[in-house]
Amino acid sequence: MRTENLSGGFTDPSVQSAHAFRAVMEAMARPGTIHDIAGAEPPAPLSRAAGAVLLTLCDTETPVHLAGATDCDAVRTWLAFHTGAPLSGPSHCMLAVGEWGALAPLSSYPVGTSEYPDRSATLIVECAELAASGATLRGPGIRETARLSLPDTEAFRTNRAHFPLGLDFIFTSGSQLAALPRTTEVS
Amino acid sequence: MSGYNFAYLDEQTKRMIRRAILKALAIPGYQVPFASREMPMPYGWGTGGVQVSAAVLTPEDRFKVIDQGADDTTNAVSIRRFFERTAGIATTTATRDATVIQTRHRIPEEPLREGQILVYQVPIPEPLRFLEPRESETRKMHSLAEYGLMHVKLYEDISRHGHIATTYAYPVKVEERYVMDPSPIPKFDNPKLSDCAAIQLFGAGREQRIYALPPYTTVASLDFDDHPFDPSRADHPCGLCGSVETYLDEVIMDDAGGRMFVCSDTDHCETRQNAGYRGKDAG
Ligand SMILES: [Zn+2]
Repeated sequence: MRTENLSGGFTDPSVQSAHAFRAVMEAMARPGTIHDIAGAEPPAPLSRAAGAVLLTLCDTETPVHLAGATDCDAVRTWLAFHTGAPLSGPSHCMLAVGEWGALAPLSSYPVGTSEYPDRSATLIVECAELAASGATLRGPGIRETARLSLPDTEAFRTNRAHFPLGLDFIFTSGSQLAALPRTTEVS
Repeated sequence: MSGYNFAYLDEQTKRMIRRAILKALAIPGYQVPFASREMPMPYGWGTGGVQVSAAVLTPEDRFKVIDQGADDTTNAVSIRRFFERTAGIATTTATRDATVIQTRHRIPEEPLREGQILVYQVPIPEPLRFLEPRESETRKMHSLAEYGLMHVKLYEDISRHGHIATTYAYPVKVEERYVMDPSPIPKFDNPKLSDCAAIQLFGAGREQRIYALPPYTTVASLDFDDHPFDPSRADHPCGLCGSVETYLDEVIMDDAGGRMFVCSDTDHCETRQNAGYRGKDAG
């Protein structure tokens, strides 16, 4: 184990995770809005934003799926040291992280059950950039419409069609994030 | 603050509550189970709301607590002090200055704005509980959106009283899917639930449930075509500020049994009085 993987956690966890959570919550409550999130210095290829989301939400009770390039020694060691989260395949994870292509197919992830739709995965999608342009979003959390650069549209329409079951998405890029809950209509 | 976790709860508990809040926002009106913790206050004092507030507060927040519209009840004061002590945060009684507002039984009169969070203390989160005591059954009814029994109950009210008799905790349907208990707010407040600019979070401590309304969510009070929902209001102006638009409490003024109607939202009433509005009983 290399010591560099042990740095890059929150230096003031209680306060930094409180700030990071508010960014995640505002993003999930207002789909399409882009927020800054800070405090984590995770190893490559994780973005700072993805690192902060993982530190804020993960612990020994949350199986995490590392997709594609994120499934490397450096990330595994960092995540284990700072969160203790067990790694899992997509079908049993609560959170997954990776680039859009590496996370596919979405049908592998738990979408909850009709009695417990909350028992569904949240996917942290690493993006090259986030911008308030591209797909049009409508639904709870959005006054009229919002725009967000999304890696796909059809996949989110299919996800929306299964409401109240479904996946929820957090998009990360550098030190920014946005989110798309299962309620959002994408066109 | 040394010796305390920020906002009292340990980090693992806050993470668990935060995960529940995110799922609650993603499924508006659905009750997410969570593992409620013992809090240093009795259940009736809003331990669910306190745990939700603890999970969302940051040191920069300005926190307000209202109990039936008032900032100065024992319950409101003790919750405010609890977070001053454990989170070192600033507090306020002014709705417009607050970033996080914890409430028991009211929604502030002043329209909430983006960036604000309203946290409700909820005693009984399950709107179907009085119709069906078994959790397994109510869960099934929600999963199938089978809400016929609730409509039957409301319709029985109409046959018996000529109108729907429920005046508090009047059930609502969220985004045409989940029926939700808005906590024991007066039905006068129900229209404020819908299309609200703030994030609304609901915490039930004893019953271990969290649910939520993202901003601009459509929330409809259950009703019938021939008996549309009526928020109703006492037919008086406020005795202190003269408002004809607010929810009123009837208070006894003197030993002779004199009464007056005053705004239940004390901050709103004082703000109006400070702006020069006067009711007939104002000194
Ligand atoms: Zn008044």
